[in-house]
Amino acid sequence: MRFDFIASYVSAFTGPWWKIFYDFSILTGAVDEWLKGSVSPFWTTVIEMVVVGVVFLLFYAVVGLFLVYAERKVCAFIQNRLGPNRIGPFGIFQTIADLVKLLFKEIIPIKNADSLLFNIAPYIVIIVNFMALAAIPYAKGLHAIDFNIGIFYILAVSSMSVVGVLLAGWSSNSKYSLIGAMRSGAQIVSYELSIGLALITIVILSGTMQLSEIVEAQRTGWFIFKGHIPAVIAFVIYVISSTAEINRGPFDMAEAESELTAGYHTEYSGIKFAFFYLAEYINMFIVASIAATMFLGGWMPFHIGNLEGFNMVMDFIPPFIWYIGKTFVIIWIIMLFKWTFPRLRIDQLLTLEWKYLLPINLVNVLIMAFLVLKGWHF
Amino acid sequence: MEEKVEIIATDEKQEFIINMGPQHPSTHGVLRLVVSLQGEMVKSLQPHIGYIHRGIEKMCESITYPQIIHLTDRMDYLSAHQNNEAVCLLVEKALEVDISDRIKYIRTIMSELSRLQSHQLFWATFGMDLGGQTCYFYGLRDREMILDIFEETTGGRMLVSYNCPGGVMYDLHPDFQKKVKDYIKYFRKKLPEYDAILTGNVIFRERTTGIGTLSLQDAISFGITGPSARASGLSCDIRKHEPYSAYDRVKFNEVLFTEGDTCARYLARVEEMRESLNIIEQLIDNIPEGPYAVKMKPVIKLPEGDYFQRVETARGELGVYVISDGNKNPFRMKFRSPNFVNLGVLNHLAKGFKIADLIAISGSLDLIIPDIDR
Repeated sequence: MRFDFIASYVSAFTGPWWKIFYDFSILTGAVDEWLKGSVSPFWTTVIEMVVVGVVFLLFYAVVGLFLVYAERKVCAFIQNRLGPNRIGPFGIFQTIADLVKLLFKEIIPIKNADSLLFNIAPYIVIIVNFMALAAIPYAKGLHAIDFNIGIFYILAVSSMSVVGVLLAGWSSNSKYSLIGAMRSGAQIVSYELSIGLALITIVILSGTMQLSEIVEAQRTGWFIFKGHIPAVIAFVIYVISSTAEINRGPFDMAEAESELTAGYHTEYSGIKFAFFYLAEYINMFIVASIAATMFLGGWMPFHIGNLEGFNMVMDFIPPFIWYIGKTFVIIWIIMLFKWTFPRLRIDQLLTLEWKYLLPINLVNVLIMAFLVLKGWHF
Repeated sequence: MEEKVEIIATDEKQEFIINMGPQHPSTHGVLRLVVSLQGEMVKSLQPHIGYIHRGIEKMCESITYPQIIHLTDRMDYLSAHQNNEAVCLLVEKALEVDISDRIKYIRTIMSELSRLQSHQLFWATFGMDLGGQTCYFYGLRDREMILDIFEETTGGRMLVSYNCPGGVMYDLHPDFQKKVKDYIKYFRKKLPEYDAILTGNVIFRERTTGIGTLSLQDAISFGITGPSARASGLSCDIRKHEPYSAYDRVKFNEVLFTEGDTCARYLARVEEMRESLNIIEQLIDNIPEGPYAVKMKPVIKLPEGDYFQRVETARGELGVYVISDGNKNPFRMKFRSPNFVNLGVLNHLAKGFKIADLIAISGSLDLIIPDIDR
């Protein structure tokens, strides 16, 4: 059994194998040591990069497919339906079947489309997704890149997805796509501000932009509890504006199917359509992850003051489970939005951002700064 | 068609022309709207109709009156029963046939049930037009149960063809009364759900209030009828003004609003659902005994002359006009279909609003395209 081999190998260094569930750096450190002992430093780096890349590819596919399935089940639950239930137990293989179908579908060339941009656009969206995924702390030690401006980096790369959307809309030579892309441009650029300010509120509280340190700072209490009311307001604003940022209902202006058929990806077919579709769900996963990391303590277990027994029980649950749990609670909230509310109009959407969320946010940042200055937070 | 659009686009006006339909998720069929935009703003729009034209009026000239009934199902397929009823009432009026009370009661109940399911589908699709997709499933869930009741008695679900000159095709199913009463009880419980998910929603109110306001003056001059006109304050309910079947024996309110905007048009229809429930409730326990059809001659010939009959369908006033030369088929037949007239106001309403509002407005007019094209 290969797993036993790894386990024994790890335990040779550090102790019982199940410890890796609580601190993943034991395993990664052991593998790193082993590689360094076996091959030259250059090849160590290459092999590690390839391994991390493959792991992220798999992770991307699994999360994307699972979220598509989850969304279909959630919306079926809300709409008094059963949802997919034919392929595999509870229909869990439905999205895989869909993906296989999309893989085999013809990619229709569009007349008068700018074929270079048209073909590049889905990849831009996907690459940007990967770049953001890499910086998220999934569990203790399970963190591909961890540097001092982590949250700033995630904001920067995730706002680049608008480039892919705009290119897709512009290059596909369709009026619906163009309107969708223009709407999406206005929307993402506006809501970027709210997201940035909501996260700055937390950065002020934590005093660092490094994600691992932000999580570590929440050992004594999650920021949503630590930061008084400003943190709660920031959390609510973050959830609203991140829903808008990822073009999901009730803010799905860019692909409003009752107005623009499918918005910017109207003309895409086959696997390129699937890329956009998956990217939407991975985006949702990314924003939910950031919300969980910044406000709900990331992989940090839930602790209550000096209740030692309770805290020990909470510590027993592995960090990765904590992280996934929190992320999916946020994803569930975002899904509930989509399936209960009607869609806003584009001018109402911008009004909401510029007249309400942004002023509230600015005041909120000031209050938070004042609280931190006076040391009134918990 | 395409060349024409090209010419408009290269005009000196330099507008952004967009072709909505004939295949578009929100035109509910094969309506084609050529919309000229300025940014997101609708400058003007031109409906192109005829994609589902079947020449029903011309076909009517070569078939007999009982056969015509089956064609009228295919016009406004959500008001199939009322369409049938219009032709039957016309034939009965022309031949001066006295029909029993039982027939009148059955027709009224059926026509209110069919109004109910039509408004439920309106509610479902209107929610979807505004982006609330859950509404669609709520609306259809309740509508299916009415269709089941239809199926049991008439054998058809949507295109019932239940009427025939001089009565109805078959007697009511023995379970009919019980099922309808159960349904009324069930649906009264479900109506607050409708209000909770759409009517009371802030986003919904923001999207519809003040959008596409139709003044009373315009409603009259465009000839708008049905709930769309009553939302502007025009009292035009044929059931009240020119009662047919058993409508003179029931108490009900004509739903009137004065705002005339998209929200009022929506509310008028939701209120009408409640009124329909009231009407059915008053009738369902008192269906008198008697024959379900009057025996008519095997070949129905209308005396020479012209005849007109109007009924209130779920979307407005349906007028049937027949010129007879004394034969077994009409010399000329003309349907004054509510949707065709209501479509005419779309350009007037949508001008100056956004694309999203155009969808909301056309959704609130509740257009059925086969009825426009006939």
